[in-house]
Amino acid sequence: MMKDNYRIASYCHIKNNEISLNGALIFKGEGPFKTFIKMAYQHFAVDYPKFFKMDNLSKLAFMAGDVLLKHEKVSPEQEENIAIVFSNRASSLDTDRKHQESIQDVTAYYPSPAVFVYTLPNICIGEISIKYKLYSENSFFIFDAFNPDYLFEYSSSILDSGKAEKVLCGWVDFDEENYEAFIYLVSREGSFIHSTEEIKRLY
Amino acid sequence: MNNTYLSHNNIVSSFGFDSQAAVVNIKNEVSGLQLVDNPKMLPEPFYSSLIPAEKTRSVFETLNPQQEYTRLEQILLVSLERVIKKSQLELNDRVGLIISTTKGNIDVLSEDSPFHKNRAYLGELGKIVQSFFGFKTEPIVVSNACVSGILAVAIAKRFISQGRFDHVFIASGDLVTPFILSGFHSFQALSPTLCRPYCKTRSGINIGEVAASALVTRSDANLAEEAVKILGDASCNDANHISGPSRTGEGLYRAVRSALSEAGLVSEEIDYISAHGTATSFNDEMEAIAFDRLGMQKTPLNSLKGYFGHTLGASGLMEAIIGMHSLHQNTLFTSKGFQELGVSKPINVITETTPRELKTFLKTASGFGGCNAAVIFQKLQK
Amino acid sequence: MGDIKQELKSKIIEQLNLEDVTVDEIADNDPLFGDGLGLDSIDALELIVMLDKDYGIKLSDPKEGKKIFESIETMANYITANKTK
Repeated sequence: MMKDNYRIASYCHIKNNEISLNGALIFKGEGPFKTFIKMAYQHFAVDYPKFFKMDNLSKLAFMAGDVLLKHEKVSPEQEENIAIVFSNRASSLDTDRKHQESIQDVTAYYPSPAVFVYTLPNICIGEISIKYKLYSENSFFIFDAFNPDYLFEYSSSILDSGKAEKVLCGWVDFDEENYEAFIYLVSREGSFIHSTEEIKRLY
Repeated sequence: MNNTYLSHNNIVSSFGFDSQAAVVNIKNEVSGLQLVDNPKMLPEPFYSSLIPAEKTRSVFETLNPQQEYTRLEQILLVSLERVIKKSQLELNDRVGLIISTTKGNIDVLSEDSPFHKNRAYLGELGKIVQSFFGFKTEPIVVSNACVSGILAVAIAKRFISQGRFDHVFIASGDLVTPFILSGFHSFQALSPTLCRPYCKTRSGINIGEVAASALVTRSDANLAEEAVKILGDASCNDANHISGPSRTGEGLYRAVRSALSEAGLVSEEIDYISAHGTATSFNDEMEAIAFDRLGMQKTPLNSLKGYFGHTLGASGLMEAIIGMHSLHQNTLFTSKGFQELGVSKPINVITETTPRELKTFLKTASGFGGCNAAVIFQKLQK
Repeated sequence: MGDIKQELKSKIIEQLNLEDVTVDEIADNDPLFGDGLGLDSIDALELIVMLDKDYGIKLSDPKEGKKIFESIETMANYITANKTK
């Protein structure tokens, strides 16, 4: 079967208190994640109060998505068909543990709806979709480790079938203060080849 | 264009250990939901359909397990084993494995669980299923809220269409746990009565548990007699709110449109809709709005939540399996719990088990995060 | 009464993560939902939990909340009249 050749338009990393875009460092913060991500929010003038209601995983994914989509000049006013395909190792465990704590003690049993709603990994896809008005394909996968192979095939399938024009794809993981985001935009145009090898190299 | 089929299948439920047990009871309009009064699960009584743990253990023992397995693993393994056996497939590198779950072994986070907390990692669950049967390919775990089960079918089809696999086994399941119950309770979404999807008197969700497994394959050899062709699939976001369903049904509307377009069908050609119907006020209303916009007001529709409650990560697959049996038996199954239309747009809720020549059906689901999924199936020509 | 209003304002800011809002910026009669503080349906559920946890008030019907959570003023009145702890 002949397949279209897709490209990677840009990519974004967030880890070790640093945010980089297409390999170049664009922000360096400090402190625990909560402090760091707030510094990033202020630095990039995100101006989106809902951000502070998000759990750690959503903050991480949202920040990476926001940096990348802004760079790609995606705007909520001009609708684009961009699928979101994310993956990670820890699912929503960081928030799951918080919810579990709130119900563990029967004498202090106060589960919080604002915590519970984030006990699903795909909520972070919803957060990006809401901000950018993306009414598009969504999938969240859990892998033992970053799996460029499956992500490559799955993104290609979404583009081949015409279900989306572009795919925002990658890895967003948050587990006990360890966090890492690597996301990239697969498109028809861009500086990088969309292949398993190239995704591995950029990662 | 290659065909992809949904074929051999199994449902482990409160009714028993195969799809047939579930189908027969649904056909007879028998619900698996019962009042459960167990403060260890939830401080107040709730309606649920639970898979009996003791019986599961004894059925599971026949598979000769060599170590301890969690209750979720047991039901998944029991369910999947039966599908693998029926398929007669060799598990080589052309065979994929998808696990669909929202919370997996979340109960191990509880302090009274005998299992290590690492068992809560969904990748661990994938590996356990993979190594139990000896799958050669790395498992793909899908965790996309309440659309996971039906999205897994779409994902299987997509990997097959890319030439990655010839066959994909899907195992889906979630347990009824204090974790889940407390969360839905905090959302004031649990119904104090049996759930009544689309009904005027509906008052929320019942949470239940099933494990459902199925084979998605591109080969037409040794298909199950109830097998269906997968014609089109899509998943779309509402881009509206992380927990509140869209007021316009936008995501669901777009998902169905996209699936119809891939299937090459128009909405009038759908004979039956197996909808989501959780029986919350907002979800059911949102679905009615979407189906109305799609021009599907007259298409017979049911929600199966009145039989098992909302079975989370398994619901979409389990309901697709029931749908294929519905087609095979040319029978529309009652939307249990429904009495009087309680949504603002007309929809055609099935009120009694009805014989009807059926060729195609649409399965939809919607969930937290604003996600919606739709898959269209067609009966095979004999 | 004045105390409970101040207390509610800081609690709401903290529990609902209203990062850019200060106690002084919330007037007693400002609407909490819609155009006012912009709270949403999850926040409403969270306020119901707060009533239970901090004041021993159980709301079984979420529709009741609509009136109670209109403003700081209405919340304070309701809590003063109904609190059990």
